Amino acid sequence: MLSKKNKEALFNPLSKDNPVLVQILGICSALAVTASLEPAIVMGISVISVLAFSNVIISFLRKTVPTNIRIIVQLVVVAALVIIVQQILIAYNYDVSKKLSVFIGLIITNCILMGRLEAFAMHNSPWPSFLDGIGNGLGYTIILVIVAFFRELLGSGTLFGFHVIPQWCYEHGYMDNGLMILPPMALITLGCIIWVHRSRNKDLQEN
Amino acid sequence: MNKNSNTYQILYAAVMVLLVGTLLAFIYMALKPKQNENIANDTRKQILSALHVAATDDSQVKDIYEKYITQDLLVNSEGNIVDSAKNVAFDVQMKKNVKLPVAERKLPVMKCTMDDGTIKYVLPVYGAGLWGPIWGYIAVNEDGNTIYGANFSHEGETPGLGARIAEQPFQDEFKDKHLFVDGEFKSVAVLKKGQKATNGAEQIDALTGATITSRGVSDMMADCLAPYEAFLKKLQSAGGTQCTADPAAAETTEIESTDNQPE
Repeated sequence: MLSKKNKEALFNPLSKDNPVLVQILGICSALAVTASLEPAIVMGISVISVLAFSNVIISFLRKTVPTNIRIIVQLVVVAALVIIVQQILIAYNYDVSKKLSVFIGLIITNCILMGRLEAFAMHNSPWPSFLDGIGNGLGYTIILVIVAFFRELLGSGTLFGFHVIPQWCYEHGYMDNGLMILPPMALITLGCIIWVHRSRNKDLQEN
Repeated sequence: MNKNSNTYQILYAAVMVLLVGTLLAFIYMALKPKQNENIANDTRKQILSALHVAATDDSQVKDIYEKYITQDLLVNSEGNIVDSAKNVAFDVQMKKNVKLPVAERKLPVMKCTMDDGTIKYVLPVYGAGLWGPIWGYIAVNEDGNTIYGANFSHEGETPGLGARIAEQPFQDEFKDKHLFVDGEFKSVAVLKKGQKATNGAEQIDALTGATITSRGVSDMMADCLAPYEAFLKKLQSAGGTQCTADPAAAETTEIESTDNQPE
């Protein structure tokens, strides 16, 4: 069920081969949806499901796909799944779908998806491809959640919309940092995470 | 079979597109009723927000809406009521409505009764922002002149700039502004600080960095509320006492601001 290779497919993307931290993919959406935790988590779940299922579908099709039009086939599969996710969100979580609006559509252009389909699903059987999709999606989600945690906490003083910074802090002059809500601080937060990650994993450092 | 032959590739692409198309059409049809309900609830929330009524719980939005919105009206540009069936104003498609010539338009009005028994009238507005449509709901007091509250929404204005029209601080500025100045309809202008409305309308500050969206709100208010002039005037003459009080109130604020004397 989980051979060594499958374990690698699932767990490597969480840290050693993280799509955001190491491969620096999917940065655009990582900046856009991380102003608070809820949209970040929904975006993460959407990417996990789209990535896992498109990996499986492409893996099933991999022997029939004509090489010349393989990118088109991959795109059609991803686009169809994204539209399904979007329609389901509008039907069952309208507020979040409004918050994510264009970003759900942008999953299609998220480099992580095309990257995994090309690099993994086209050469591996469905089960490892599924794990690879889950792993990479989780790796992406973890980073999104960490960034969103700091941005929401420092920017609005809330977590999941609940106030966590006690009132007496404000009374003693503490203020929410409005800059954290803006996209540049997402980039800086992400930079700090990459810094911490690289200093802990010496083999990732470039000379 | 040769995977790279033209026939195979064309057939492969055709079958794939057909299958995906069917699947998406099916899902769209299956989820449509649920989605429409969500969109209607969202509209109700926007209308309630113009009335300063908070409706956070999705399951109760409809009940709260029906509690406050007591009557739907359609009026014509002469201010006469042409229809007052249930939800008749709520169901008006503003997108189509604003394209009609003013004389042909049926103007939706939602009559609301607040907790303290006062009557408000909610008027929908619809216009263009920078990237797409913007729309909103303006709640007017019984005097047909003073704005009680406003709510604006947009499809895809720039986050942090134009999208701020949907935020509370901007919407709150509309409260207590007057649509009529000295008995003439002027709407409310959205202008950069320091600019003065040429027609003497009351004004609020535009959003920094969102010139076109701000202008869009300003134009939308003027274009969509102007046809209501006759209807609003009828309200004013019905509640005569409040009407005479208004110019006086406007004058006193003017004197205060020029003299700048502390009381």
